[in-house]
Amino acid sequence: MDSGDGGEVASAAAGPPTPLEWKFSQVFGERAAGEEVQEVDIISAIEFDKSGDHLATGDRGGRVVLFERTDAKEHGGNRRDLERMDYQVSRHPEFRYKTEFQSHEPEFDYLKSLEIEEKINKIRWCQTANGAVFLLSTNDKTIKFWKVQEKKVKKISEINVDSCKAAGNGGIASSSVSSGSKQFLANGDCSDPSYNPLSNDLLFPPGGLPSLRLPVVTSGETSLLARCRRVYAHAHDYHINSISNNSDAETFISADDLRINLWNLEISNQSFNIVDVKPTNMEDLTEVITSAEFHPTHCNMLAYSSSKGSIRLIDLRQSALCDSHSKIFEEQEAPGSRSFFTEIIASISDVKFARDGRYLLSRDYMSLKLWDVNMDSGPVATFQVHEYLRPKLCDLYENDSIFDKFECCLSGDGLRVATGSYSNLFRIFGCAQGSTEATTLEASKNPMRRQVQTPARPSRSLTSSISRVVRRGAESPGADANGNSFDFTTKLLHLAWHPSENSIACAAANSLYMYYA
Amino acid sequence: MAMVDEPLYPIAVLIDELKNDDIQLRLNSIRRLSTIARALGEERTRKELIPFLSENNDDDDEVLLAMAEELGVFIPYVGGVEHAHVLLPPLETLCTVEETCVRDKAVESLCRVGSQMKESNLVDSFIPLVKRLAAGEWFTARVSACGLCHIAYPSASEMLKTELRSIYSQLCQDDMPMVRRAAAANLGKFASTVEASYLKSDIMSMFEDLTQDDQDSVRLLAVEGCAALGKLLDPQDCVGHILPVIVNFSQDKSWRVRYMVANQLYELCEAVGPEPTRTDLVPAYVRILRDNEAEVRIAAAGKVTKFCRIVNPELAIQHILPCVKELSSDSSQHVRSALASVIMGMAPVLGKDATIEQLLPIFLSLLKDEFPDVRLNIISKLDQVNQVIGIDLLSQSLLPAIVELAEDRHWRVRLAIIEYIPLLASQLGVGFFDDKLGALCMQWLQDKVYSIRDAAANNLKRLAEEFGPEWAMQHIVPQVLDMINNPHYLYRMTVLRSIALLAPVMGSEITCSHLLPVMVTASKDRVPNIKFNVAKVLQSMIPIVDHSVVEKSVRPSLVELAEDPDVDVRFFANQALQSIDHVMMS
Repeated sequence: MDSGDGGEVASAAAGPPTPLEWKFSQVFGERAAGEEVQEVDIISAIEFDKSGDHLATGDRGGRVVLFERTDAKEHGGNRRDLERMDYQVSRHPEFRYKTEFQSHEPEFDYLKSLEIEEKINKIRWCQTANGAVFLLSTNDKTIKFWKVQEKKVKKISEINVDSCKAAGNGGIASSSVSSGSKQFLANGDCSDPSYNPLSNDLLFPPGGLPSLRLPVVTSGETSLLARCRRVYAHAHDYHINSISNNSDAETFISADDLRINLWNLEISNQSFNIVDVKPTNMEDLTEVITSAEFHPTHCNMLAYSSSKGSIRLIDLRQSALCDSHSKIFEEQEAPGSRSFFTEIIASISDVKFARDGRYLLSRDYMSLKLWDVNMDSGPVATFQVHEYLRPKLCDLYENDSIFDKFECCLSGDGLRVATGSYSNLFRIFGCAQGSTEATTLEASKNPMRRQVQTPARPSRSLTSSISRVVRRGAESPGADANGNSFDFTTKLLHLAWHPSENSIACAAANSLYMYYA
Repeated sequence: MAMVDEPLYPIAVLIDELKNDDIQLRLNSIRRLSTIARALGEERTRKELIPFLSENNDDDDEVLLAMAEELGVFIPYVGGVEHAHVLLPPLETLCTVEETCVRDKAVESLCRVGSQMKESNLVDSFIPLVKRLAAGEWFTARVSACGLCHIAYPSASEMLKTELRSIYSQLCQDDMPMVRRAAAANLGKFASTVEASYLKSDIMSMFEDLTQDDQDSVRLLAVEGCAALGKLLDPQDCVGHILPVIVNFSQDKSWRVRYMVANQLYELCEAVGPEPTRTDLVPAYVRILRDNEAEVRIAAAGKVTKFCRIVNPELAIQHILPCVKELSSDSSQHVRSALASVIMGMAPVLGKDATIEQLLPIFLSLLKDEFPDVRLNIISKLDQVNQVIGIDLLSQSLLPAIVELAEDRHWRVRLAIIEYIPLLASQLGVGFFDDKLGALCMQWLQDKVYSIRDAAANNLKRLAEEFGPEWAMQHIVPQVLDMINNPHYLYRMTVLRSIALLAPVMGSEITCSHLLPVMVTASKDRVPNIKFNVAKVLQSMIPIVDHSVVEKSVRPSLVELAEDPDVDVRFFANQALQSIDHVMMS
């Protein structure tokens, strides 16, 4: 497989990069002490757009909230000019609330007697056009395509027919965002059939009728308007776990537990099934799809992960139904270490391509694994995230925490990876060759509060002969360095890395925390 | 606020509603834009209405789409062709919106306006517009530019032509795949306006770039353009430039590209001439017919007849026919189904001997296919084979296939075969039909599924039309009338429906003597649903039968029904009575 070599270049550059020092940047929706979190406010998806100028979050209440970057724009003028002036070097990304809209509503499937939650499972940004931003959002069943655009609020200052006369309530047409029903009443006269004699034979004088005039419109301030452009529904029997855009900016995929469908963004009434792992007899089911993503540049490649801990790379060119993979990445378990939990903790909760498409990052319950798409014998690096939980797997199974789905992300330069953990902690690892960087941060205004003091030392993997394989991570005990025991109810599942800068957005319950380095 | 004279009130409202809050009212106004324009007069349309539209372009996409469409036919309202250029600014902004269908419509309208414009106006305003769009900041403008170059090019000066060609070449290499797709999709149109000398140099290099694009979606569209481009070139150049590309594409790694080739290949045969067809295209087509991917074989199988029509019969028999034989037992039912829907067309191409010898066994095997779709597709095109080999040879295998389909457990399959019964009847003739199919037609009247019973009733009508009232009197009417005594009211309803449909075909006499008495009896049914349907059928019979008959038997029955305890029966009976009165009055 041909692939960019960005990762190689980066790691070849004069030794490992120095560890980053992370600082708190912003928080949105911070909880006051003792304030109870409303279930609907809990953030369930975070995504930066390609430029990094926008950030979207989705929550369990079906809302999508958009943030826009302010630090570059504040100075006015062209963003490009500012970039040329290297303004951004001294500034870290800062965001402000832009708008929010209700993307999904709770529904009930009457045929299957199933409640469909409004919770947003994933958000993906699409190609920006004419200053309007586009995004896809999905809950368990339905994907929606949104357009968010600034609209001028218009006031009509002059019209032909005195609306006082027509309606008798003195209201001139109100702003264009007001509800149409009242306005319809106000113009009730026009729907009167007696006033519709405008047949095309109507004769007008050649010079036109001078007394008629066009409405004069004065535009007022602008407001943001989100409109649902398309709804892609009824294509998934199981819960949708991922959506991903293709590099051709024309198609996207949606994956549920057993199938992956391919859509054209412009066609919402049909999709093509490209992967189907449903066995003829559901009792034979051993493996489900947990996450899927398109390659960032190769339009024909996509990766999907499974509950058995494997990642399959498929080539859409090969056949219409891609039941056979072109590559499979999985790590052979060490013999003898098998237990009841082996399969559960091997399940991959998230898979992401690095920006150059050369590397794949996967997250299972215990660790992060970095894979080179050209090497399917094993991961090039493994980062232990939850190794200290191994003795507690039984408890975790009992309270269902073992099934928590943590997301993972890579920095834009591919030099670092990050993922979430319990107690609102998240961990960042350097993955460049020779890097020993391993940071634990807490999603709070003081991220270093619970920083693990002893930096983790890389330890060679015993089982693997591949020289670059590194096993790293603090093997801390059940309690962290400050003696706090881990809190399984506060988990940091969702986080995203800014596409071009060292900035991370992460969700702790209903709060969105942003950090920079 | 102005007060408007009463007669102008409607048009004034129409104008005001261009800015109404209700989108339906805005849409309505935009659709009547020509009326508004005529009311304002040409000059004010140019000076006020068009600028007004240009300024108010951030409306909903539905409104913009309607606006783009209206502006395409607006030349008469702005004062004719000399003033056509005033339409360009609003259409130009519509060419940049994000919604694809609005842009496409705006481009279409611009092409329509542009093709009527005077040459000087094209140079002064249309070409600069194309250049502006092609240099647009957002991809939306550049996508639209791709669809306009072919209008601008012919009237451009030598220098501008060079510029337009280089603009198009840049569009073919745009960063955005959407722009490259638009460039690929419109390449054929643009090429058809470019001079032959540049065709080989400039256009072919753009084409080659597109065929090597990273994005499959771009290459797919490049394949689609192959045939159009091939037809523009003279045969040697086509053989030199297009043929290698298409042969390459036919072995592309991406099945979607091969799928496109399968769809396009036959068109290219004409462009390259017989010899290269024999040496290159036939082998390429044979390869595609044997492709690994079922989707590709489906597309290829669907084009088998078209391909055979173009190549000479010997080649078809020698090379294509063996593949057809393989496809008829393909593992994918969809491939067999696609083949079944076109294979009948091969009979006239191959001639009688080859058809009987080679095609007939294939027909027969497809007719016995395990999937109903395949069988149905063969039966639907039966008239084509009949012309070549006659029905006798086929009928032996045909009958079991029909009977099996008639009793298929999927009602949609049964429905499909019923639709073909009149066609079969006309092909098979009365004798064959009476023996074998008559009973089936009656059986369908008592199907469990309403749609089948309904279709069966319709089928009887079409058979009566085909074979005439006398035949129907013998073979349909008695059997149908017998069923009126069925204990289940739903089946009795089917009889009513059949009678209603048959009556106009059978004519006044038979209706009076046979159908009407049954209706009169049925009007005394115990089920209200039957009774009000009788009323409805009686109403439909009024124009068919003689007036005296209406008074003698229809009216008394209806009068009786009009006093029925059931409200619906009374309603329909009264309606029928009213229509009798109505007929009498006129």
